[in-house]
Amino acid sequence: MRNRAADETLFIAEGDIASLAGDAAAIAPAEEAAPPSRLREFWRAYAQNRGALIGLALVVLLIVLALGADFIAPHPPNEQYRSFTLAPPAWHAEGASRFLLGTDPVGRDILSRLIHGTRLSLLIGTISVTISLTLGAILGLVAGYFRGIVDTAIMRLMDVMLALPSLLLAIAVVAILGPGLVNAMYAIAIVLLPHYVRLARAAVIAESRREYVTSSRIAGAGNLRLMFATILPNCAAPLIVQATLGFSNAILDAAALGFLGLGAQPPTPEWGSMLASALEFIQRAPWVVTFPGLAILITVLAFNLTGDGLRDALDPKLRRS
Amino acid sequence: MSASATMTSDSALAQSHAPLVEIANLRVDFGPPARPIIAVEGVDLTIDPGEIVGLVGESGSGKSVTALALMNLIDDPGRVRADRMAFAGRDLLAASASERRSIAGRGIGMIFQDPLTSLDPCYTVGYQLDEALRLSGNREERTNAAARRDRALALLREVEIAEPVARLRAYPHQLSGGMAQRVMIAIALVGRPQLLIADEPTTALDVTVQAQVLALLTRLRREHTMAILLITHDLAVVAETADRVVVMYAGQVMETGAVPAIFESPRHPYTQALLDALPEHNVDRARLRTIPGVVPGAFDRPVGCLLAPRCSYAAARCLATRPALAGDAARAVRCHFPLASANADPNGREHWYDD
Amino acid sequence: MTTEHRSARPAAPLLEARGLTRHYHLSRGLLRGTALVRALDGVSFSLAPSQTLAVVGESGCGKSTLARQVTMIETPTAGALLLDGADVAHADRALRKRLRPQVQMVFQNPYASLNPRRTVGALLEEPLAIHRRGAASERRAQALAMMKKVGLRREHYGRYPHMFSGGQRQRIAVARALMLGPRLVVADEPISALDVSIQAQVLNLLLDLQQELGIAYLFIAHNLQVVRHIADTVMVMYLGKAVEQGPKAAIFAQPLHPYTQALLASTPSLERARRTRATVVAAEPPSPLESRTGCAFRARCPRAVERCAEEVPQPRTIGSITVACHRADE
Repeated sequence: MRNRAADETLFIAEGDIASLAGDAAAIAPAEEAAPPSRLREFWRAYAQNRGALIGLALVVLLIVLALGADFIAPHPPNEQYRSFTLAPPAWHAEGASRFLLGTDPVGRDILSRLIHGTRLSLLIGTISVTISLTLGAILGLVAGYFRGIVDTAIMRLMDVMLALPSLLLAIAVVAILGPGLVNAMYAIAIVLLPHYVRLARAAVIAESRREYVTSSRIAGAGNLRLMFATILPNCAAPLIVQATLGFSNAILDAAALGFLGLGAQPPTPEWGSMLASALEFIQRAPWVVTFPGLAILITVLAFNLTGDGLRDALDPKLRRS
Repeated sequence: MSASATMTSDSALAQSHAPLVEIANLRVDFGPPARPIIAVEGVDLTIDPGEIVGLVGESGSGKSVTALALMNLIDDPGRVRADRMAFAGRDLLAASASERRSIAGRGIGMIFQDPLTSLDPCYTVGYQLDEALRLSGNREERTNAAARRDRALALLREVEIAEPVARLRAYPHQLSGGMAQRVMIAIALVGRPQLLIADEPTTALDVTVQAQVLALLTRLRREHTMAILLITHDLAVVAETADRVVVMYAGQVMETGAVPAIFESPRHPYTQALLDALPEHNVDRARLRTIPGVVPGAFDRPVGCLLAPRCSYAAARCLATRPALAGDAARAVRCHFPLASANADPNGREHWYDD
Repeated sequence: MTTEHRSARPAAPLLEARGLTRHYHLSRGLLRGTALVRALDGVSFSLAPSQTLAVVGESGCGKSTLARQVTMIETPTAGALLLDGADVAHADRALRKRLRPQVQMVFQNPYASLNPRRTVGALLEEPLAIHRRGAASERRAQALAMMKKVGLRREHYGRYPHMFSGGQRQRIAVARALMLGPRLVVADEPISALDVSIQAQVLNLLLDLQQELGIAYLFIAHNLQVVRHIADTVMVMYLGKAVEQGPKAAIFAQPLHPYTQALLASTPSLERARRTRATVVAAEPPSPLESRTGCAFRARCPRAVERCAEEVPQPRTIGSITVACHRADE
């Protein structure tokens, strides 16, 4: 009876031994039983980076604050306490423990406004990035797959968009659509778009040449299936990383727009507009400016750390397979 | 055949000197010390001056890692340990890091499998040769640009590249595979090395180009009395080019011996099985003979002989204790029951194959 | 092995090429126009059902281009390609899609030919899903049956390609190629990237499947020892032309074309005595971009004469071999 070789499964691929010399840190130790799921392998790689873990912890904290703002914040964000305008933070001599981080010029609790602002910032980031990522991925996919005149048309359009300074472009869009948080989100999405298109296009061009795409083509797959089911999932890694970093870009742009009065309108507790309305008090009551600034800083840092961690965890693995 | 006659007289000459490379009990492992991934274990290797040694093995055999260890190219978190590792009489283990770099850098040259990725794509051939000469050439070459250019041209001519002057200005992507490999060899020869390590130098090349490159290596060995460590999985290449063969499996040396004796009467079952798996030894059969099972993974290395789980000659002793490498420099086997000896099981071969 | 195939030639060959030609136009920059690459230049051959035609040649000979024409990824510039009598060279998209299940392919690089984001099960079922064959449960059953046939275990169904060794990946690739029940499989150097003992395993698998399912192989290889084992007929290509073709036994016993002789002489062999020529072929395979007159091999040919520079040799039959060389019968 013929025994067709019962190979055992190897977890270090043949031919990878030479790469052991340089990349041992990335090896996942093999297990005798079923191999670890993709999620666990990914987590193991991600967790090696301490900065990334800190970033992730912060992001989780921000999400919790955003979701539970109504319960966590000590005061309603728009409640004005007329007798406590410009109160300093609690640790100050004249501060009150009622208002941990002090109050703004019209007597609103800064801490509560910051916590509610988290919800807005995350919302801005999520929506802008989602719009931008989706549209960018599709445009990049179409450009990279079909090449030729379609590619040229799309990329030259993106070049035009990239030629304009991003903030000016955002201002122009908001000027057309009118001020407001929702329009600010559209403006930011448009500003971020060319980056995703270029990234997606580059990834698609590289992947389209791989043999597994030819294999699907020979099996009879049509253009749509090849683009979306075969190629796109393999281009996801750089796009995901860019999306995380784009999050922080979006928050900064929203803050800038809000600072200019073009984004969130008062009394919305958006961090950028909080900064704008408090600028004149920078000498007298610095806490009104400092804390929204810190909030922006910490959020951007958190997403950047997470994005870097994602890049380290995703790229070598996909390169190896 | 005149070619083989020349080779045997070369290797006879070589054996009269002290060995060029001496490695004893080399061990290389990676990963956390508590659960190490053992790439190479208990490897002994000697190379005499002017000798061509073929290091043969499949994936996971540790042949490339052995060469990298000799070249001092294994970085953290890899750990290299050996009882003895000496080159041209100088102890590499006792030397400092910079001493090791200079010994290995000058005395040993290395070429790799894919020449088109081993050359820097951003710089011309001339620039890369020039850089190698600045670092590893003799005193005059290190300081004098004209001397470097002369030597670069001489090297290109030596590796049989036509129109060397034009080639100096070429970028790697403008070269064919065979030509790029010749450039790599030229760069490796800059320091006038006594040993050239060739890690699968012809695997990526066409067969006619492979024959040319192997002929080139043989000629260089003869003209410069340069030893060559030829790492490959292709037994036929080794049979035609090497003087001596070292067969590795799962990080250990299984058999060493001179060509053609080792192929005519292999003593280790693994060597025999490798030979039997070749299509040219299966002309009479419909299906090729194969070795059942696979190389042990990082964490299921057998306690006894590494081949025992797959070896059809295996007895209880093989599974229990690991055999030591027995023999001398000319011929050694790591097996409790070497073939063609009183201990061998004559019936084992019938059960060996996947029929 | 050959005695187990049908030795009598059936009426119609499964695959037939007549003067198959494929040119590419490469842009050489904005001001330098385009260069013509004659990747395939009038290749003719035929392949009978259940037989193996080995295509041998070095880089630039056109074997990859040939694979792309046969698997209908590209349309030839000229010539005819008949699959079971139907002309695919001039077929429209609908016909090509209908014919696709007949011709499938196995690639050289096991690390690049499987979609890293798909499980083994998904990879095997994809061809069936594309052609809408059967319900989900039937597809799963077929996939599991095919896995068993190629020597994979049930638990491999849900795993990803990067968890397998090279040899196992090739098995997956072979299984995937067979899911649609093709009559012809183009194997583009399917074992070159594998270890020696694994090569033997995969080669045995291909031979077994051929016997069981009656598949024909267009087997592209550069290792003549492997070709000798698996082929029924051999076609040697050089720079887009078929310089010699014929039954395996004849070609290996008495090759007529100097290039075939050179290939055999350059192939390392354990039996050194078989090396009849110590000489090595001069120079490198030239780039297919250069234009040339006369025979493409004359620059490297030890037997070239004046006629070789002037006149392109046409294929002619000597015995059972078809060879394109002016001096073949000397």
